[in-house]
Amino acid sequence: MVEFLQFTLSGISFGMIYAAIALSLVLIWRGTRLLNFAQGGMAMFTTYVAYEVIRHTGSYWAGFAVALAAGVVLGAVAELAVIRPTLGKPEFNAVIITIGLLIFIEGLAGILYGGQYRSFPAAFSVIGLRAGSTPLGVSRFDVFVAVAVLAAALLLGIGFRYTSAGLRMRAAAFNTTIARLSGIRVARVITVGWALAGLLGALAGVLVSPSTFLYPNSMDSIFVFGFTAAVIGGLDSPAGAVVGGLLLGVALSYAGGYLGSQGSDLTALVALGILVVVLMFRPDGIFSGARVRRV
Amino acid sequence: MNSPAGAHGVQGVHPDGAASLAVVDLVAGYGEVLALAGVTITADAATITAVLGANGAGKTTLLRAISGMVRPRGGRVLLDGADRAGRGPEDMARAGVAHVPEGQGVIAELTVEENLRIGMMSWPGIAWRRADRAAALAEAYERFSVLADRRRKLAGTLSGGERQMLVIARALVARPRVLLLDEPSLGLAPRVMTQVMDMVVRLSRESGITVVLVEQNARGALAIADRGVVLNLGRVVAAADAKALAADVALRHHYLGF
Repeated sequence: MVEFLQFTLSGISFGMIYAAIALSLVLIWRGTRLLNFAQGGMAMFTTYVAYEVIRHTGSYWAGFAVALAAGVVLGAVAELAVIRPTLGKPEFNAVIITIGLLIFIEGLAGILYGGQYRSFPAAFSVIGLRAGSTPLGVSRFDVFVAVAVLAAALLLGIGFRYTSAGLRMRAAAFNTTIARLSGIRVARVITVGWALAGLLGALAGVLVSPSTFLYPNSMDSIFVFGFTAAVIGGLDSPAGAVVGGLLLGVALSYAGGYLGSQGSDLTALVALGILVVVLMFRPDGIFSGARVRRV
Repeated sequence: MNSPAGAHGVQGVHPDGAASLAVVDLVAGYGEVLALAGVTITADAATITAVLGANGAGKTTLLRAISGMVRPRGGRVLLDGADRAGRGPEDMARAGVAHVPEGQGVIAELTVEENLRIGMMSWPGIAWRRADRAAALAEAYERFSVLADRRRKLAGTLSGGERQMLVIARALVARPRVLLLDEPSLGLAPRVMTQVMDMVVRLSRESGITVVLVEQNARGALAIADRGVVLNLGRVVAAADAKALAADVALRHHYLGF
């Protein structure tokens, strides 16, 4: 029972990171029907930015803030510089470009920092918390991870639902034609979507790097799990992304915990299994059915 | 209606007032297909112009070229005398041109109220206060009480007639100077169609909106229009007062089928 609690809590903590990546993918997918394969690479790079800032200033929070800002800038610049020119061209062009962007960013990080693993600091203690004498399997930092991503997701959700800018983003996502005919500058909305996605990716990067170490490919597997979470939730649904991330995080934590040493090697297979099962029963993802389809 | 919003919010009128619309020698097409081969049409301010013709005559392309959905290859689009050909749809909407494309007017995933608020996205930012927004919504709900009851419902749950009402209400909220309507009566029951047509007339008369109405139902369109234009294969074959067109038996048989 104690084990179960531990695995669940640590699964939630990791699941929130998958949720952040999933959310960033959903933001871009909704606006442009494009899967940004460079999302993980961009998150890795902004974490190196945080690493440099922390190294020079000694302040974790300065690095944290600069990483998020760098994520916003990187997202917007990527959209304007390499995605915008593919507008009106075959959809596959943009997909190939995001893969190219990933290779470029990872190559650049390799040139600048080499391939070695660097340790990245955590905001709070990573020593496991205890309830009385019972270890809970999560640290103060794990709690911070969950709270930070949840806060970001809630802020996004509130912004989408209750602000004029959020309404513009939803209108542009659901019906580009009507949005443009109503005077919404959809191109600008898409840039903002990429910037927000960059921010979420950067958040995931700084939150996960204390446990994965930082190296040019450090976000690759996180991206794959984030992508899986996004598909489980239905690529269109921000709430689905969070639920998908949590589901995957907890499931992988059980697999790693209960299956022993083989378990951690099997995580990719477990993720694939969950994906297959979900898509068998809900081909458009868990959260697709709640929406009314356009007639 | 006594609007609390002051000069801006009165009766759905654009702050710059009514505008005339003219297209001159407009040429537009898709790939190698030329849909408009030099079309010239004039619509006076606050009038209704019916654009008629068979399928493929270029009616929809005409509206799309005016609103910027299709980039014209030549010719001019004059809004109150100023040439705006080649502007994108966002800019045309902000200049006061509202285009309701055929059969896809509402965003089904958004609520009725959110759909109405999208009508305000073309408003120039600082000229409209929060009170203006509330007044515009109240005005729309007053005219369309069926929408007031359903304001929190998703637009996708509305019936066809209610959707068309929502689209027209949103057009009213946008306070356009020019309203382009593509087949607003398509797929509607005759009684609902009459309501929609009545609403178009009221929009034009009461709010001084210049309406360009594309319709398959030529008889119904000419009944409410001031002017009528008949397109055939991308060219204007007739342009006259609506009454004169409706009385022209030969033209009706040849192009309009009634």
